Amino acid sequence: MSIERVQRHAAGRKPGWAGELADMMEAYRQAGGDPDALQLPDVATLVVSSDQVLASHEVPGIRFEAQPLENGVKAHIFVEPGVKIERPVHLCFGVVPEEGIQIIEAEYEIGAGAEAEFLAHCSFPNAVKVKHHMRGRVHVQEGASLTYTEEHYHGQTGGVEVLPHVQVQVDKGGRFVTTFSLTRGRVGYMDLDYQVEVGENALVEMITKAYGTQQDQIQVKEVVRLNGAKARGLTKTRVAVRDEAVSQILTTMEGNAAGARGHMDCTEIVRGSAQASNTPMVIVRDDQAQVTHEAAIGTVNRKELESLLARGLDEDQAVDLIIRGMIR
Amino acid sequence: MEAPILKIENLNLRREGRDILRNLNLDVCPGEVHTLLGLNGSGKSSLAYALMGCEGYRPNSGRILFDGRDISALSITERARLGITLAWQEPARFEGIPVGKYVGLGLENANRNQVVEALDAVALNAKVYGYRSADQTLSGGERKRVELAAVYAMRPRLAILDEPDSGIDVLSLGEIEKLIRGMAEAGSAVLLITHREELAATASVASIMCYGTILFTGDPEEARQYYTGRCRPHLDSLGSQPWNEALAKVLEDIPGNGKSKRSEQAAE
Repeated sequence: MSIERVQRHAAGRKPGWAGELADMMEAYRQAGGDPDALQLPDVATLVVSSDQVLASHEVPGIRFEAQPLENGVKAHIFVEPGVKIERPVHLCFGVVPEEGIQIIEAEYEIGAGAEAEFLAHCSFPNAVKVKHHMRGRVHVQEGASLTYTEEHYHGQTGGVEVLPHVQVQVDKGGRFVTTFSLTRGRVGYMDLDYQVEVGENALVEMITKAYGTQQDQIQVKEVVRLNGAKARGLTKTRVAVRDEAVSQILTTMEGNAAGARGHMDCTEIVRGSAQASNTPMVIVRDDQAQVTHEAAIGTVNRKELESLLARGLDEDQAVDLIIRGMIR
Repeated sequence: MEAPILKIENLNLRREGRDILRNLNLDVCPGEVHTLLGLNGSGKSSLAYALMGCEGYRPNSGRILFDGRDISALSITERARLGITLAWQEPARFEGIPVGKYVGLGLENANRNQVVEALDAVALNAKVYGYRSADQTLSGGERKRVELAAVYAMRPRLAILDEPDSGIDVLSLGEIEKLIRGMAEAGSAVLLITHREELAATASVASIMCYGTILFTGDPEEARQYYTGRCRPHLDSLGSQPWNEALAKVLEDIPGNGKSKRSEQAAE
């Protein structure tokens, strides 16, 4: 967002608002977002900086309700039943100062038969000691579809603690596709915890990508319960760690109903003194259900590496390209 | 005759207790398509990996000379930077690496036109494929063509093509043959590894490989006739015999008793 635009929108706001919004827009850009998209009249937008809602723009069929919390914001996001939101909804969360706490209590209610896509960017570009705690609840009602993509940018100091803890309920025939990506800058400490309940004929796809360096710590806990008949679930985890970074992936898939089909797919690449682990847990409580898992942990695939070396790349370039591709 | 850009001398490779390459000698000249014919298991792909310097394929003895320099101890990267590259028989899949980027990897400052031209040479539309990932979503034939495009784009001095026709649909085989000829016309030496004698027609020289060694080097048509008429029938009868006895039996049938016509010409 340009400064002129910010100043134009600042009319009637408290002093400092425009500067804070401009800083957030820069942070948003660093997280991979397009600040200009937040200005489009047909794009629903919610911008939260620390404990302030800096901008909120609704479009027909979507409603935001926000209340202040100590150190954060409580937000309810409703998509009306049967409505298809044509343009992706843009969410921007962040803390621009070096220190701070941001607690986001977010509830997403996607009405029956509705369809929406959310692009969330979480940016902490200057963080030295920042804690971002997302407590989310997502309800995808019968026949509804939600695609939720979340990208993080944490700056280069590793001073961020990020705790996305989300409970998801997908009702009959619903669809929930989510991608969480923390691949730019340092991770710091990440503790991702998703608990997903999947109803009859509903579908869940969860993709988690992270790249840890130096002393970063990555913890991913995903539990998908395929409770309804013919429910389908996929978790795909792509993590790379190098230096002294540590990643711990715990994925659980439960096949609890007839015809349920689940698959967990985890790839972790380890370089230097880093350490990675994956603990998949498969639970099947119905003799007509099936859950599978695959995991590859360790160095990069030799054949992939040699294919790139044969084009003249050196080993560091080739490994970096493979990792960047995997977490892209 | 132009000096060979690749000269392999008495190459031996032993892996997991088995002799894979045995006293192998081969010359490949600039601008020539040199077909290497051999049945499955004859050691063709192992030779390709040894030439490229792949892990586990360092020769036990012998020399690989490229442009007169012994490259046996060089890494894959160093060989590639000298202008050697390999199109794998079953190319690796890459999550998240777009086809266009992959094709341009071997180029310094790759530009879009070079990538488009290379994809066009293997009958792939850059608009359709350029931004797709070179991953599992490509069919075997598509991935194979992308591999060949990447080699073509690199304009290597020596292109080792391991079974470039496998997995390619019949209608596209003509495009692949044209691409191979084009590479040679542009000055690349092409070592074309195949077990299909039809591809020998693309070559200017052909060698027959059996039991890890070269039995014959010479005219592609002569090699093709021998390969179809003798090699295939030999497969059953020789499979269980000790190598030395089997090789002696094979050599009895070979024109010139296995000597390279080129070597004979050079000696003259």
